[in-house]
Amino acid sequence: MISIDIEKSLKAYAGQRILKIDRKFPKGSITKIYGPSGSGKTTFLKCIAGLTTPEKGSIMVDEVLWFEPLSGINLPPQERKVGFVFQDYALFPNMTVLEHLEYATNDAAWIQRLLLIGKLETLTTHKPEYLSGGQQQRLAILRALAIKPKLLLMDEPFSALDPEMKAALIGELKVLFEELGMTVLIVSHNSGELVGMVDGELGLG
Amino acid sequence: MTDLAPIWLTLKLATITTLLLLLIGLPIASWLSKGRSVFKTIIEAIITMPLVLPPSVLGFYLLLAFSPQHGVGKWLQDTFDIRFVFSFQGLVLASFIYSMPFMIGPIKSALQQLPASLAQASYTLGKTKRETFLKVLLPNIKPSVLTAMVLTFAHTLGEFGVVLMIGGNIPNVTRVASIAVYDSVERMDYSSANTYSLILFSITFVMVITVFLYNKYQAKSPLE
Repeated sequence: MISIDIEKSLKAYAGQRILKIDRKFPKGSITKIYGPSGSGKTTFLKCIAGLTTPEKGSIMVDEVLWFEPLSGINLPPQERKVGFVFQDYALFPNMTVLEHLEYATNDAAWIQRLLLIGKLETLTTHKPEYLSGGQQQRLAILRALAIKPKLLLMDEPFSALDPEMKAALIGELKVLFEELGMTVLIVSHNSGELVGMVDGELGLG
Repeated sequence: MTDLAPIWLTLKLATITTLLLLLIGLPIASWLSKGRSVFKTIIEAIITMPLVLPPSVLGFYLLLAFSPQHGVGKWLQDTFDIRFVFSFQGLVLASFIYSMPFMIGPIKSALQQLPASLAQASYTLGKTKRETFLKVLLPNIKPSVLTAMVLTFAHTLGEFGVVLMIGGNIPNVTRVASIAVYDSVERMDYSSANTYSLILFSITFVMVITVFLYNKYQAKSPLE
């Protein structure tokens, strides 16, 4: 179970507004997060990952406190080790597809399986600049999965994929999520793309 | 026959200065590239000062500060037997301070231009800040690091005022090429002056053109 009860101020054009979220996510659940631009979807994911710090509240994951300022607890992202798919992919320009995955894990068999899931097995020596937008996005997803995270945070992870590839990948991912017992939060603008995949929704803004 | 010792001394000084500045400049540039505070701004302004300060002013204050007659200079001489005035180590210290903005400036700017998500992605994979810096950030700013090293090296080759103030003109110890050019002209030895100048010009030109060519081919990356 993931319990999140946080407050974080957001910089907005017309002054500041407060992002306030109090929500529990059951273990193994897949939740869609939606809301207009600037509503704090990315900030919410970054608060959970430890990449930005809320002003108030607490974050507890599987009975372990990750964040609680009153007790001085604020685990760094390295200790939280969530899988994070960035909206801009955040791929490393100096690394090939294979090097991205090897940077994240030493498990060669797992890397091979991920490459097959992402259909990148023939592109292992390519650097991001030689991949299409869809291939880059798939690599970003695979890299996040490479560490076998218990919690996966995905920020617009399917926006650059064509419908056929999206459907195939979502099917593979569902199996993987279940196998690893992963809790997943997915930010999505597209109202139809996650139908049948998610167990719950969280609207912001 | 022109004495080439000043050329070798200059190359030795530029190499030591560049390597020292690279070692110390990388962590400083990394620190300066993150966030903004008044303290950081003041430190950055101090590092940038040699860009606008007359070299003789910097040399004069270094001469005062490290004079073995009093203050820090006396303490260093009495305690560690280190003397910075009229010595090669004094030239290294002066060059280190004088060339600092040339090493730190380009590296800091390059780090600031990298998307913040690169380091963040590495952290979420469990990597430390040091590992992230060495394996993700540094490889992606290689052209800027090379530019910074060449600028530092070339700038050290061309130093005159600051090294003259703190080092003087002692053959084989502090008589670097730029001083040798001046000294040769003073003695009306235009042939030697020309030899030193031509060598300095050639080295600098080859270095700068190499960097320009390297960066031209590296600029394929979307981050450049």
